[in-house]
Amino acid sequence: MTQTDRLLPVNEAIDRLEAQIRSDQQDGTLVDPLIVGIHTGGVWVADALHRALGCQEPLGRLNITFYRDDFNTLGLHPQVSPSDLSVDVDGRDIILVDDVLFTGRTVRAAMNELFDYGRPRRIALAVLYQRDGRELPICADWAGQELTLGPDEQIHVDGPDPMTARLVTSKES
Amino acid sequence: MAVKFVRPKIPKFAPDPWAIQFDEQGHLRHLLTIEGLGPQWITRILDTAEGFVSVTDREIKKVPLLRGRTVVNLFFESSTRTRTTFELAAKRLSADVLNLNLATSATKKGESLLDTLRNIEAMQADMFVVRHEQSGAAHFIARHVAPHVSVLNAGDGWHSHPTQALLDAFTIRRHKGDFTPLRVAIVGDIRHSRVARSQMHVLNSLNVGELRVIAPRTLLPTDVEKLGVRVFHDMREGLKDVDVIIMLRLQRERMEAGLLPSEEEFYRLYGLTEEKLAWAKPDAMVMHPGPANRGVEIESSVADGPQSVILEQVSNGIGVRMAVMSLCMSANRGDNT
Repeated sequence: MTQTDRLLPVNEAIDRLEAQIRSDQQDGTLVDPLIVGIHTGGVWVADALHRALGCQEPLGRLNITFYRDDFNTLGLHPQVSPSDLSVDVDGRDIILVDDVLFTGRTVRAAMNELFDYGRPRRIALAVLYQRDGRELPICADWAGQELTLGPDEQIHVDGPDPMTARLVTSKES
Repeated sequence: MAVKFVRPKIPKFAPDPWAIQFDEQGHLRHLLTIEGLGPQWITRILDTAEGFVSVTDREIKKVPLLRGRTVVNLFFESSTRTRTTFELAAKRLSADVLNLNLATSATKKGESLLDTLRNIEAMQADMFVVRHEQSGAAHFIARHVAPHVSVLNAGDGWHSHPTQALLDAFTIRRHKGDFTPLRVAIVGDIRHSRVARSQMHVLNSLNVGELRVIAPRTLLPTDVEKLGVRVFHDMREGLKDVDVIIMLRLQRERMEAGLLPSEEEFYRLYGLTEEKLAWAKPDAMVMHPGPANRGVEIESSVADGPQSVILEQVSNGIGVRMAVMSLCMSANRGDNT
């Protein structure tokens, strides 16, 4: 197995994401949004957006371990840190943030968890990288970069400081 | 006693009688005793419990993890707190729960333990939570259940009560952080306490600074020093510089057995009063596995006082049991390291 890495420009993708959200905020599509990141990569992206957009309320963090749909096959995933959502989500506009949108299953789990905290008015999805391979009818509202990848290609996001993204290609040698 | 019970025979080739707790991939499948878990599994259980405790602070205190699974509480000995917290833990994981109070049920009609077991297995149970007055009962059941069933020991005789000890460790960790600098004293009827035995294993596995037991000679097991504890018979000496005090329940039967002169005498010497509490560190935390005998092992004002975490232990018990249930139910499912 050989593996090749190519760095993806992270800062540019975050800037594009921020610009898109800001423009929708000015249109009045989003009212006073609450930013919620999905552990772990999504929290890093959410943190950057939270700072860039100057949000006053604390950043929310979701750990979707207890909502995954693969417990029957994979069991319980080790949990790094629990969910932390200190602000009431009832009637709020929420920007859900993840690093990579791939199958859509993580986002499905995150939405289920959000609804156990209350009933948001609207959930919008912001991702750093949107790639092909969706297994559920889920699509990002904003994406820093769109990519169409081969079956042997994956995006790895590392962080938080500095945050880097790599396009990893694995080939049978 | 009506329940036919055969003490489990540990095969000679098995080096660790507790090895049965793990599946072929080394994943925890049953929780029968603290022994053999080691600091890594104990820490993993406590870390997982942190996530579940945060769930119980929410508006909807439920996660979908064990949806469609069936947990059966097999209680051969009555218990309110342990059974209800196991029941609540299973329900908060979205499992279905069946409570069988076998102290008053079929076993009294002469049905053997194995027959009872087979009948409940036929109801497609996925997990048994077992409380029994005989040491080794949960172990025996674990050796005979179908391969997909997990067994949790909710207290067997004088032997072990692992989830209680884990929730105690969890509560201590939340207040004090690191175990290595801590002095912990367990006070009271050590000899007949499965809780004390499990606590000693947990705290020593987590490398606690110093573990003490304080009790009259008649309430200590023989060779108690071999369990890695310092023995005290006097509260003033034993409580000096202690960070955590764990009081144990004194059962009235002990008096009847002639091990103690009277409740009053025990309270005077070993009951945790405000006066005696002042001999420990000023920020010492007071714990009790419940149900507490006020005026026998603990003064009411201490049980309800600012240093007491007794009710917090009960709440934490739910999160810790949720962690153990979900970890054990994810055994035998391939790669889950």
